Amino acid sequence: MDRFRMIFQYFQSNSESVMNGICGLLALASVKMYTSFDFSCPCLPQYNMAYGLGIMFIPPIILFLCGLILNRQSLVMLEEWRRPQGRRKKDLAVIRYMCSSIMQRAMVAPVVWIIVTLLDGKCLICAFSGSVDPEKFVGFANASTVQVQQLLAKVPCKDEELVRNSTSRKAVSRYLRCCSQALGWSILLILIIAVFLARWLRPCFNQATLLQARHWSNYIDMEQKIFEEACCEHSRLFAHKCILHFFESMRQEIKLHSFSLPREGERAEGEEDLRGITDKDQLNKLLKTWYYEKPPLDVNHTHTEKLFNWLLS
Amino acid sequence: MDKFRMIFQFFQSNQESFMNGICGIMALASTQMYSAFDFNCPCLPHYNLAYGLGILLVPPFILFLLGFVLNNNISMLAEEWRRPQGQRGKDPAVLRYMFCSMAQRAMIAPAVWVSVTLLDGKCITCAFCTSVPVESLGNASHPRLSQGEIQRVLAQIPCKEIYNGQQLIANEVAVRYLRCISQALGWSFVLLMTTLAFLVRSLRPCFSQAAFLKSRYWSHYIDIERKLFDETCAEHARSFAKVCIQQFFEGMSTDLVAARCHLPRKGPADAGEAAEKLLGITDQGTMNMALKSWHRCKPPLHLHPPALPTGNGWAGEGQPPTYPSTPRRETAAYYSWV
Repeated sequence: MDRFRMIFQYFQSNSESVMNGICGLLALASVKMYTSFDFSCPCLPQYNMAYGLGIMFIPPIILFLCGLILNRQSLVMLEEWRRPQGRRKKDLAVIRYMCSSIMQRAMVAPVVWIIVTLLDGKCLICAFSGSVDPEKFVGFANASTVQVQQLLAKVPCKDEELVRNSTSRKAVSRYLRCCSQALGWSILLILIIAVFLARWLRPCFNQATLLQARHWSNYIDMEQKIFEEACCEHSRLFAHKCILHFFESMRQEIKLHSFSLPREGERAEGEEDLRGITDKDQLNKLLKTWYYEKPPLDVNHTHTEKLFNWLLS
Repeated sequence: MDKFRMIFQFFQSNQESFMNGICGIMALASTQMYSAFDFNCPCLPHYNLAYGLGILLVPPFILFLLGFVLNNNISMLAEEWRRPQGQRGKDPAVLRYMFCSMAQRAMIAPAVWVSVTLLDGKCITCAFCTSVPVESLGNASHPRLSQGEIQRVLAQIPCKEIYNGQQLIANEVAVRYLRCISQALGWSFVLLMTTLAFLVRSLRPCFSQAAFLKSRYWSHYIDIERKLFDETCAEHARSFAKVCIQQFFEGMSTDLVAARCHLPRKGPADAGEAAEKLLGITDQGTMNMALKSWHRCKPPLHLHPPALPTGNGWAGEGQPPTYPSTPRRETAAYYSWV
């Protein structure tokens, strides 16, 4: 029992930190994914924008969904939301609290991806190289429209023959990277300020409601874990009893059919553990019976009733 | 028993995390396999497609099957599926739950392989290089070649060192185009898989939560029951062997006493316990005889040989057991409301 208590105390104090840990791991994974991903802009007029914006926005959606999937509390919240009312009322404030905490944690990895993408700059250069104003750059000012589009589309590809040593290409590239990094830092600054204000001003509004919601959401989570543990413990005991009953019933069957009963006094030392099965044929029969006719899931009548009621409620 | 209880609780509580661990290891293994694999596009018109699609689709199939093979619960599922009904009904919902959870875990490594392959781009470049739109991407002033020639030239796109179609279409342009398509497909595939996983996980509590709890409980129960039964049999075998061997040594000791026609001298009191453990075998020759006898003529697996011949046929091996005549409680508690 002490061991259970220790484990439950660990879960209690650390369920928040487990979720924070998962959140941090996902953020690190998103950085790692970005660095190992081989970004290769197609450098074609119609494809650049789709590719660039796709790389900037689709992985964050994937990371967001992963953050929801990996968070155990999202299942708990959904179950609490969809359960029939029964004898326990539902508190929408608790569900809202759980939802907002899940969403906040799931948003960290996508935001990290977007910021890393913007600070690196490759995506924006690829997506918007065709949209810069060619008049601003010397090399592109004199070409026809179609040619300009082609050349601008090739700006992200440094090794492309047409624009390899072009200073205008480097100028466009630097310009777009500057815009991208400015955007990245601005978004980061705004987010940090928003988080700071939210944390600092929260105690000014509805602190009591918040404390209640947090307590009951922890309670629901803990209750779910303990229920699962109780089911595991119960199925272990049930199986234990079932098997003992099976061995006992085999012993009785042997007693009924066999004339070669060991007399009580003649039992050798150590035979108590044998449960009356003392030769090869008996054991083979026991194993065969175990396969062909598993015992009913019923260790006694009252137990069955309680089990029925519990499972149906 | 406490020790067994602790071990079983560990297995039970960590069975899911154990299977998740295997699942994660297989996903990492599939990434490692891909990076260690030396991809070699044949650069020939009809072979490219077969090679590229083969590398894209055959290893995931292998990984999927491997995922099932490495999962211990497959034998449990097969056993539960094929066992005779006997006194315990079978619940198809439990079998479905077990199969679904195994299939979900086995799908992860193949999905990782397909994603990594698509995001890397080499397979699609190899498979579809002959389908590059030369009209839109190619050089305007390319020489007029026959269709077969064009196919042959395009097939060499993945092999930069032998590519000689720069006038037809620049190698880098074609490779970038194909890689862009491949990566778009890869990200779409990952998005689709993640969305499916999210829907499966989040829609379950909205439908049939009670049935799910029952199926999960009984599938864990079947697993625990099997493990406990194996443990009980192992304990029984141990006790059986102990008694069997003890009887063997006692038999030898009796034989020796009969052969030598003298009673074993009782040693001094303080050496009494050790002498008892020796079971009457006290010299090398006797020990050698005991060992030879153990090898040549093992004792029967029968601790209490029958005094009278058993005339009934219940000990016959090939018959399913009949119900005994004493009344049993016939409550079948195995049910499903699904």
